[in-house]
Amino acid sequence: MKQLLNKFADFYRKITTSIKNFFIKLGIWILSGLQWALFGISWFFYRVKVKNEKNYVITFGFIPVRLEHWNAFWTFFVEIKHTKGGTDQLVIFKFMKFKLTNRRREAIIGYLFIGVWIIGFLWLTLVPLITSLQYSFFKITFSGDQGIQLNFVGFDNYVEIFNQLTYFQALQDFVYRTVLYLPLILILAMILAILLNQKIKLRGFFRSVFFLPVIVASGPIMTTLLGTTGDGGLLAITSNDTLTAALANTLPPFLAEFVGSMFTHLISILWFSGVQIILFLAGLQKVNREVYEAASIDGASPWETFWKITLPSLKSIILVAAIYTIVMLATFPTNLVLIRINEARRSDYGYASALSWVYFLIIGVILGIVAFLLTYEKKTIVKKQLMEVKR
Amino acid sequence: MNKNHFKASINKVKRFLFGMKFTDGFILKFLIYFLLVVVGFVFIYPLLIMASYSLMSLEDLLNPMVFQVPSAIYFENYETAWRALDYLSVFFMSLLITLLPAIIQTVIASFIGYGFARFEFPLKKMWLGLVLLTYLIPPQVTLIPKYVMFNDMGILNNPLAILLPTTFGQGLNSAIFILIFYQFYRMIPKALDEAAQIDGANRLYIYFKIAVPLSIPSFITSLLFSFVWQFNETYQTLIFLGDGMTLQTRLAAFVSAIQGNTGSGLIERATNESQMMAGNILIMIPLIIFYLILQRHFIEGIDKSGLTGE
Repeated sequence: MKQLLNKFADFYRKITTSIKNFFIKLGIWILSGLQWALFGISWFFYRVKVKNEKNYVITFGFIPVRLEHWNAFWTFFVEIKHTKGGTDQLVIFKFMKFKLTNRRREAIIGYLFIGVWIIGFLWLTLVPLITSLQYSFFKITFSGDQGIQLNFVGFDNYVEIFNQLTYFQALQDFVYRTVLYLPLILILAMILAILLNQKIKLRGFFRSVFFLPVIVASGPIMTTLLGTTGDGGLLAITSNDTLTAALANTLPPFLAEFVGSMFTHLISILWFSGVQIILFLAGLQKVNREVYEAASIDGASPWETFWKITLPSLKSIILVAAIYTIVMLATFPTNLVLIRINEARRSDYGYASALSWVYFLIIGVILGIVAFLLTYEKKTIVKKQLMEVKR
Repeated sequence: MNKNHFKASINKVKRFLFGMKFTDGFILKFLIYFLLVVVGFVFIYPLLIMASYSLMSLEDLLNPMVFQVPSAIYFENYETAWRALDYLSVFFMSLLITLLPAIIQTVIASFIGYGFARFEFPLKKMWLGLVLLTYLIPPQVTLIPKYVMFNDMGILNNPLAILLPTTFGQGLNSAIFILIFYQFYRMIPKALDEAAQIDGANRLYIYFKIAVPLSIPSFITSLLFSFVWQFNETYQTLIFLGDGMTLQTRLAAFVSAIQGNTGSGLIERATNESQMMAGNILIMIPLIIFYLILQRHFIEGIDKSGLTGE
C-alpha cells in the first residue's frame, strides 16, 4: 500500500513542480519585458516633471518606478477624470471620452463580474456548438498521418439517421420514455412531498431515504441495476419473475406479468424523483397556513383545497421540476441515445454531430411543449371580468 | 346509563380514528405511515439486493435454490473488486478530480450569480437566457469539438480538461449553481449594499465582505451538490480523462464484462455478478457515508438557497 501512495505522490509532485516552474519563469520574463516596453513608450509620449520628493512604486519584475511615471503610464490607457458638480469622464487611449454616469458605471462593473462566464461561454460552448453544427454537414475521416479530412456531404448525415434503424429506435424509445416518465415522476414526487409534509414522527428519516438515490445513482450503478437497455440488469433478474409469480395468485396472468415487468420502471421513476420531492416539499412549506385555515372554515374539502390552493401555488416549482426532470432524463448515462452517439463518435465525427443535433432539437421541442403547457395563463377571462365590473 | 356509556366510548373510538378534522385521526396517520414505509422499502430494495448479491460466493450464484439471501457471507468478492478498482490510489485521484472542480465551480458560480443579481447592464436578459441555455444543451452536442480542442491543447488525460471549463463557468451543471446564487442574492436587500457604498466600499469589497458571508448556506449546498455530481459523472470523465483515472470510470470498465460491452482491457473485469455488485457497493460506500454525515445540509440547502423563490 505504501508503494501505491509513494507512486501517486511522486507522480503528483513531478507534474505540479514542472508546471509551476515553467509558468513562473515564463511569467517573469513576459511581465518584465512588457513593463519595460510600455514604460519606454509612455516615457516617450508623456514626460513628467519630477519635483523634489521621489516616490517609487515596486512593480512587475521587481523594478522600481516613480509613482508619477506609473500613474502617467496608466493614464495613457484608461483614466477617470473627476469633475466638480458634473458627471465623471472616462477617457480611453486619451481621445475616447465617455460620460461616466452611475448607470454606465454599474454596467461596466456588472460586465466585469460576468466577464469570466462570457468568455467561457463564447470559447467553450458557443464555438463548439457552431463547430459541431459544421461537422454535421461533413464526413470526417482520419487519414494515415493523423490528419483530419472533411468532405462536404450536405444533409446526407441527417438522411442517414432516419434510414438507420438503431438510432431512430433509440430516439423513439427516449421520447416514449420521457413522455411516460415525466408526468409520473412529477405526480409521484408531489404525492410523496405532500405525505412528507404531514406531521409524522419519522419525517426526517423518510426524507433522507427518498433523497438517497440522488447521491448514489451514477452511470455504472444504474447500468448495473437497469441493464444497458434500461429494462434488464439486476432488477430484471431478481425481481420480475418473483413479483410476477407472487402476483399470479391474485391477478390474471397477463396482468401479473405486466405489473412484474413494470417493477424496473417503477424503481427508475422512484430513483429519479429525489430532487423533485425536495423541491415540492420546499414549495409546500412556503404556503401560508392561514390560507388553508380560511379555506377549511369556508367548508372546502381536502380535495378542493388541493386543487384550488396547493396546486396553483406550486405552479412555478412544477415548471422548474419539469425542466430538471427532462434534462436529467436526457443526459443520464444509461440513456440509449447517448450510447448510440458514443458508438458513432468512435467511427465518424460528422455523423455523431448530426445525431447530437437532432437529439438537441428533439429535447428542445419537448421542453418547449412542456414549458408552454405549464406557463399558459388564461388572460382573456380576467379581461371579461374586469369589463363587467366596470359596468 | 349503559347506552350513554356505550355512545361515549363509540365517540371516543371515532375521535381516535378520525380526529377533529379528517387529518388528525389515526386512520389517516396509519395510511401515511404505511405508504411511506412501502415506498421507502421500494426505494431501498435495489440497494439491499446489491448488498446481498455482493456477499454471495460463486456456488451460491449458480445454485437455483438460493434466492437473494446468501447461504454464507463471502468477502472475497470485495477483495477482487478492491484490487481491480485499485481503490486507494484511484480514490485519492477521484477526490482530487472532484473536490477541486467543486470548489472552483462554487466560487465562480457565486461571483457570476452576484453579478447577475446586483447589476443592471444592457443585454442582461439575453445573457441570463444563455445561462439557462447552457443547462439545456445536452453535453454531446459540444463534446466532439471540445475533444478536438482539448486534444490540440494537449490537456486530454489531464485533470485540466475538467478544470478549464469549470474555471470559466462552463462546468458540469454550472448553470444551476449560477441560478441558485442569482436567486439568493436577489433576496438580499439592496440597502445593505448601498449603506456600505456610502461608507466608501467598492463593489468587490462589498461582494467579499457582505454578500459572501451572508450566502454561506448557498455555498455549502452548491459545494455538496457539485461534489456529488462531479464524483458520479462518468460520461465526460470517460471521454476527457481516459479509462482509469476516477473510481466511476474504472467501475464502468469493471462492470462492462457482464454487460457485454467492450472496454480498454487495462482493467481487470468482473467475472461474475457478485463481484460486480461488490464493486458497486465499494463505490457507493464513501458517498453514503458522506451523505449520512451531511444530509441535513443537502436537504435543507435546497430550501435555504432559494431555488424555489420567495
